[in-house]
Amino acid sequence: MSLVSRHLEENGIPTVIIGSALDVVEHCGVARYLHTDFPLGNPCGDPGNIFGQIGIVRRAIKLLEEAEGPGTTWRTNQSWRGGDEWRDDYAKVDDSNREELRLRGEKRRQQQVAAKASGETRAPMISEA
Amino acid sequence: MPGKYDVPYMQRTRDFYRAQGYEKDYVWANHDETPFAPLPKPLRECRLGLITTAMPDTVEGRSKRQVYASMTTPTPHSMYTDELSWQKTVTHTNDLGSFLPINHLRSTARAGVFESLSGRFYSAPTEYSKRNTVEKDAPRILELCREDQIDVAMLVPL
Repeated sequence: MSLVSRHLEENGIPTVIIGSALDVVEHCGVARYLHTDFPLGNPCGDPGNIFGQIGIVRRAIKLLEEAEGPGTTWRTNQSWRGGDEWRDDYAKVDDSNREELRLRGEKRRQQQVAAKASGETRAPMISEA
Repeated sequence: MPGKYDVPYMQRTRDFYRAQGYEKDYVWANHDETPFAPLPKPLRECRLGLITTAMPDTVEGRSKRQVYASMTTPTPHSMYTDELSWQKTVTHTNDLGSFLPINHLRSTARAGVFESLSGRFYSAPTEYSKRNTVEKDAPRILELCREDQIDVAMLVPL
């Protein structure tokens, strides 16, 4: 998505990204980024929290209007309702799932070979869950 | 590591791929310079376009990864997000407002903050291949933005 944003900016369309993967977005380099420090999936706010969601959208609009140069990152002031355990849990690899992940990789490679053979030229990133 | 910290997604993803037997690390896009377009006119006169990484929740959207343009009215009930790397163990994507804020943008436009929300929003697939994004998807999204006379864009990756 950062690459799409850059392409639009290069062609004169100002953009703002709302996301939750700070390192990925900043590594790519975008004009305006509003960071929501939530688990991946709900960058615009907690499910069910309409007022929180509106607050995030309005802040992104404000960033669109007020950023003065590229690489402007703002953060929302909202915290994930469920505590901080999700941070350690994302894409966790340890002895409890090492064998399962190895088998999943084998299966995925077989699927990739079959997809390529059928002419498929697109592949998603590996899904975390 | 307890407490609050910014999750190192690139490192976690590298480790996750390695654990699945992939030997070559994914290389994320990286640039020395960043383009920046100033607002072309006051925001209250701008038409805003919305772009998501979620696919339409249709037979085609569930099976074919490509750029889609979908109507913002009526607001879709759901989007197809199963193939995306959101954290499925702790949250869900059943509330569109949490990742595709069509209704919130519409009400913000009604309040006069910007002129209008475009009649269509776009889906851009999250791709392993940066080449597909740069050479196919991004130019197609730009084309759609021009067709819909969009002045500013909000991008919301899951």
